[in-house]
Amino acid sequence: MPQVIVDGTEIEIGAHERLNCIEAARRAGKEIPHYCWHPGLSVVASCRMCLVETGQRDAATGKITMVPKLVPGCQTPVKDGTVIVTESQLVKESRARVEEALLIDHPIDCPICDKAGECLLQDYHFEHGQPQRRADLQPFHSRRRDVGPTVTLFVDRCIMCTRCVRFTREVSGTGELMVTSRGAKEEIDSFPGFPLDNKLAGNVVDLCPVGALGDRDFLYQQRVWFLKHEPNVCGGCATGCSIVTEHNQDTVYRLKPRENPHVNKWWMCDEGRYGWHHLHDPARLLAAGRRDDRGPDASWDTVDWPAVVTRLRADLAAAGGLAVAVSPMLTVEEAWMLCAVARSIDPAAFLAVGHVPRSGTDETFPGGFTIRAEKCPNRNGVEAVLALFDPAVPTWEDLLAHLRAGRARSAWVTAAYPGAWIDAEAAGAFAGLDCLVVQDMFPSALTEATSAPVTWRLPAVGFAERSGTWVNAGHRAQCFEQAIRPPAGVWPEGRLWWNMLGRSGLYDPPAVRHQIAGAAASFAALGGDVPATGIDLRILQLATTESSSPA
Amino acid sequence: MELNEPVLLEAVGVPDGHTLASYRARGGYAPLEQTLAGKQPGDVVEMVKASGLRGRGGAGFPTGLKWTFLPKDHPGPIYLCINADESEPGTFNNRILMEDDPHQVIEGIILSSYATRASTAYIYLRYEYPRSWHRLQGAIDEASAAGYLGRNIRGTGFSLDIHLHRGAAAYICGEETGLIESLEGKRAWPRIKPPFPAIEGLFRKPTVVNNIETMACVAQIARRGVDWFRSIGVPSDPANPRDPGSYGPKLYCLSGHVERPGCYEAALGITARQLIDQYGGGVWKGRRAKAVIPGGISMGLMTESELDTPLDFAGPGKVGCLGLGTAAVVVIDETVSIVDFLHNSCRFFAHESCGQCTPCREGTSWSLRIMERIRAGQGRLVDLDLLLEMGNTMGMMPGSTICGLADGAAWPMKNAIRKFRGEFEDYIRRTNPTGWMVTDPVPALAIVGAH
Repeated sequence: MPQVIVDGTEIEIGAHERLNCIEAARRAGKEIPHYCWHPGLSVVASCRMCLVETGQRDAATGKITMVPKLVPGCQTPVKDGTVIVTESQLVKESRARVEEALLIDHPIDCPICDKAGECLLQDYHFEHGQPQRRADLQPFHSRRRDVGPTVTLFVDRCIMCTRCVRFTREVSGTGELMVTSRGAKEEIDSFPGFPLDNKLAGNVVDLCPVGALGDRDFLYQQRVWFLKHEPNVCGGCATGCSIVTEHNQDTVYRLKPRENPHVNKWWMCDEGRYGWHHLHDPARLLAAGRRDDRGPDASWDTVDWPAVVTRLRADLAAAGGLAVAVSPMLTVEEAWMLCAVARSIDPAAFLAVGHVPRSGTDETFPGGFTIRAEKCPNRNGVEAVLALFDPAVPTWEDLLAHLRAGRARSAWVTAAYPGAWIDAEAAGAFAGLDCLVVQDMFPSALTEATSAPVTWRLPAVGFAERSGTWVNAGHRAQCFEQAIRPPAGVWPEGRLWWNMLGRSGLYDPPAVRHQIAGAAASFAALGGDVPATGIDLRILQLATTESSSPA
Repeated sequence: MELNEPVLLEAVGVPDGHTLASYRARGGYAPLEQTLAGKQPGDVVEMVKASGLRGRGGAGFPTGLKWTFLPKDHPGPIYLCINADESEPGTFNNRILMEDDPHQVIEGIILSSYATRASTAYIYLRYEYPRSWHRLQGAIDEASAAGYLGRNIRGTGFSLDIHLHRGAAAYICGEETGLIESLEGKRAWPRIKPPFPAIEGLFRKPTVVNNIETMACVAQIARRGVDWFRSIGVPSDPANPRDPGSYGPKLYCLSGHVERPGCYEAALGITARQLIDQYGGGVWKGRRAKAVIPGGISMGLMTESELDTPLDFAGPGKVGCLGLGTAAVVVIDETVSIVDFLHNSCRFFAHESCGQCTPCREGTSWSLRIMERIRAGQGRLVDLDLLLEMGNTMGMMPGSTICGLADGAAWPMKNAIRKFRGEFEDYIRRTNPTGWMVTDPVPALAIVGAH
């Protein structure tokens, strides 16, 4: 295995790994500061913050020959015998000078800058900068202009790393951003008439190492040091991007992509990025309601949650002929518990996949990122769960046909979609039932227009309020914990069903997950600890196929 | 050995010297015909290697060696780019060649393209040279009509098109990878190396970038022979096996405070004093030279006592200059303030820095602002140390930038302050009698009142 020597420490790297000095040093626990380099973008080596001393150890004699000048760590590949020195006096002085140069024209307006607290310029200045400012120059004013509908540019805070420009050229493929002017007067700008308006635009704000690019959705909403970070999964589409939900006091402030080489690399789309506002919508259902069919003036009676556990079962059991829509917004654990509850009420319950929202077609960008047309995170997971109960796995349309054919007396619809989803025609299929149960985030045609002798309207929770496992379009299962608590008084679906199953204690998704994994081959991959980047559910099935093939 | 007759400048003063007929009458294109008839591309490469020709654009890299870096048996296309973006202050030799003897350049390009197996050559022409544009275009048209350009030249199967591309007046476009980026239609930000242009250059294909004067030299080597070329100039130093020597004639651009400024052809190795006295008629108005720029502003400064330095590829480096550069000799007489000189130099590089690498982008503009403050009577002695520190740490040689523009900005700073420190100190003491000794850092945060 190739050996690399970082500050005197020998580390081994993979025989076919192509690492640069920054990546190799990171393996050895050494941080080489850098601005312009990003693993997802091309190398420009222009910020010169990552300058290090390098050399080569002769394999035969062990003699080390150093390169007589500094080299950019981002641009320099390592191979067997490469020597990297990250802490020499020369390197330290060089970093201090770059840091000093970057601050010459910087307004140093950290107290009013949204990036303060997560700013590389700040962090590196404290770590590598000079204690005194030698530049006796008046910094520029903090000029601000919008480069697109969602992104604002604070012109003078920019350090010209050009990550944003490269992103629009290489990943989104839209190329709206450019560099204008020359030398110290140069600026980032959008081309006239082509504002930064693409479906991945928000990523440039994450990429910006300083406070130059601001997300207008987040700007001045919260100081970043108040934010708590919970690894999470985006529920916006079937891609299932790994994200971090940043929240404070049960309020989400922003979502950021989390690096996952198997799913979303370093990116996420704007639809997902800003797709959390419905969590704090005042129109959300917050209480469990039950309504007897007492004419048009019937109102919802609020039912306490412990009473829901027993009365819901009783109402459904009384009506019989149960049909269940298992929403693709639910986690694997929740879906499995729902099916188990339904079959415990009616052993012949008709279990179908809930409504699968779709919009447009799959859209893949030049950088490989894909936005799926399927606007739900877990259809694959729900289908795999249903297959454990009924190999046919009926669809939502099958469910509607089942109802229209009059083969059900009661229906239980889980929804939890972030907005309006059902039209009057589909809702009409639920007419004439003896009992209807709807679990949704918002009132819909189903809860308000349909009338059954007994109707239940139960609140559902949003993506950041759930715990469990989602299986994305590529069959990758990702487990996550709830980031924020649901609004006061709302039981997450999982907690209700856990109690309806008669299980004791707090709802424990990992326990359910391990139970499913132990019981079903299709979920066997979830039996152990699932890595933060998820696991391909087909991994064991693929192994089986390969070992059984004659080749 | 001395140069007895003008070679590169032989068409200067000849009526209609820029025409094909005149060039042929002087023996032009005959070497090309012989080469195409009887020699292989490798023979031309060997000829240029044997001649010891070094690139005339500034860095002095051996031309034949550069050509051999091209990948062998490449399926093509291979490109030849001719750097005619002559923008180093004080330099105008390419312009003379393009205006007065464009066919000499074209013949050199055709020979070089044949040697490198390039089928397309681009001439990247400085924007401010409209006359060169017309003369070159006229020469290309004439050469095409005469069958020296186009498909299947002289039945050899060798094809060549020459495209003239006019730049937009940016100094950085003269840097070879900046030139390539600009040719591709992009912002002229120099590329990181490796890969070098010979492996991956224009349109990601193997590319050679050569100077106009280098092309003229190739044409003359083909006409007059390797032995003739090697008989001129300074042989390689036998004590230094890595010295490739400085062979051949060179166009020196003499300007500034001399009696007869102009472009003069001389053998490499002439000293600055000989050039000024014998060709330029001495420093003007009977004054003494204070300093001389040996090869364009980015090469630094020689003092009067250093004027006996030979202007070959190794000479200026021995007195602390960056190198021979473009051999544009600018004479600065004793009445000029070296503070003004450095201010002017800093202004040029601050204006021309492409803005890619932090040390150059911020360093050039900071140095300009320091010089402005010194000239405004607010200088302090510590500023000189600051400028010197910038000069020592900025550039490709210390490793802090991608291209050599920053080295070019650093050398005048270093040379001026090292060689004329007394004058700077006197100036600062005289103009800032109360503050010249202050060393406290300026409290910059106190002036952030913009919000």
